[in-house]
Amino acid sequence: MSILVIAEHDNAALKPATLNTITAASEIGGDITVLVAGSGCDAVAQQAAAVNGVSKVLVADNAAYENQLPENLAELIAEVGKDSSHILAPASTSGKNFMPRVAALLGVAQISDITAVKGADTFVRPIYAGNALATVQSSDAVKVITVRGTAFDEAAKEGGSGSVEALDIVKSQDIATFVGEELTESERPELTGAKIVISGGRGMQNGENFAMLEKVADKLGAAIGASRAAVDAGFVPNDMQVGQTGKIVAPDLYIAVGISGAIQHLAGMKDSKVIVAINKDEEAPIFQVADYGLVADLFQAIPELEEKL
Amino acid sequence: MKILVAVKRVVDAYVKIRVKSDGSGVDLANAKMAVNPFCEIAIEEAIRLKEKGVADEVIAVSIGEKSCQEQIRTALALGADRGIHVDAAADVQPLAVARVLQKLVEKEGIDLVLLGKQSIDSDNNQVGQMLGALTGMPQGTFACKLEVADGKAVVTREVDGGEQTVSLKLPAVVTTDLRLNEPRYASLPNIMKAKKKQIDTVTPDELGVDVSSGLKVVSVEAPPARSAGIKVESIDELISKLKTEAKVI
Repeated sequence: MSILVIAEHDNAALKPATLNTITAASEIGGDITVLVAGSGCDAVAQQAAAVNGVSKVLVADNAAYENQLPENLAELIAEVGKDSSHILAPASTSGKNFMPRVAALLGVAQISDITAVKGADTFVRPIYAGNALATVQSSDAVKVITVRGTAFDEAAKEGGSGSVEALDIVKSQDIATFVGEELTESERPELTGAKIVISGGRGMQNGENFAMLEKVADKLGAAIGASRAAVDAGFVPNDMQVGQTGKIVAPDLYIAVGISGAIQHLAGMKDSKVIVAINKDEEAPIFQVADYGLVADLFQAIPELEEKL
Repeated sequence: MKILVAVKRVVDAYVKIRVKSDGSGVDLANAKMAVNPFCEIAIEEAIRLKEKGVADEVIAVSIGEKSCQEQIRTALALGADRGIHVDAAADVQPLAVARVLQKLVEKEGIDLVLLGKQSIDSDNNQVGQMLGALTGMPQGTFACKLEVADGKAVVTREVDGGEQTVSLKLPAVVTTDLRLNEPRYASLPNIMKAKKKQIDTVTPDELGVDVSSGLKVVSVEAPPARSAGIKVESIDELISKLKTEAKVI
């Protein structure tokens, strides 16, 4: 079997989600080739070649791939991967964007957000906001798959000695152009990879109050998340949203503050190792999944927690 | 210009679903069904474009059993002009849905296709992107802002690190994220008026689409249950439990 893994990167560094995806690829078993498509992405290719288990890195270095526009990227991946047994990418917003396009170009199904590999053609994926797990079997010649990062460990960044090969395939069209981006600046660990996450919900009442969570987060080295209610109310930017339609996290410790625990939110965090809930409503559904629950007013509890840590 | 909006009938977002004990699927026998929340946002956006004078006609399409005509009616009550029901089994897979939509785009001469970014039942997040590939149209997925003018759709997209803006040449496919808009409610007079609007029915066969899939569901199981833990009385107790019992801080 030959597995093509699509690297996620920002043209300078390999994103950790790629490492989780490589682990999923090694569970399938077979030769693992990583495709790095970008612009000025040599460093990324070197990092990918060093990852344990990678046998080859293909580099498509062209301005056409700089911003990972799916119209260009999907054509490239479909051409490079058409003879592979599997094509894998992280189930990030980027992977979710181009992989279905790749699958349709190849005329095969796409399997989204797998959480387990049961065999070379059999995979597990959550459906209904994680309230059911479907085991699916593919008879397609090429299995096009996105991988839920939190369900697989990261492959070791070192120990690999993959060869690096440049690709001279340029897929460029003028139907879509990149205009710009506005990224949220943060000193804190990335939400999806953080060991500890502290999240606020509607109970925070406004955006300013999130400063209280920041203080706790700084003491714990935690990332800050939010429920959809907090995002919709404009308290915090949407890239902090944890849930079915936001980010999926599975940290060692998840602290839910002023979050009721709707199905949509639980879908994004219920695989956390330890869940703590702080909420003044003792009937809140979050207490049904919390390992430790504290029924208290968060405006007293959070400053106290910060002080005592 | 003409807009096609794809609408899916799914279990209501607030229903707590139950997995069948034989592992064959999710029990939806008496569950409340509704328009997929992301599709509602797509309908709303299409209607706003019509109200702004950007679009001349909004066509709502749904693929599935006869019951999904209810969801098409909802779209018509909200302001879509006419509906198309593609009569098929309830669980047509994304690639087949995209192929059906491709045929409708060609047949109806569509300039913009609006879809939800994902359905809350199968959570695939695939159809819009697949349609883009099949038609050769550019795609603006996870849209939180959309401006259509001068033959272009400028889409602000929600991405992992923040927001990204792309400019797409029409015809294009756009999939909606939750923050694109706040869907309106249908008024009673509009619900009555919607009953007079036309819904055409076609089958995938008539469109020349084979709906079979290379993907088979082997089983559906309930996820491992997470049991409730304990309630602590104070922050001190919480910190000590996290340090000594759970050992996570």
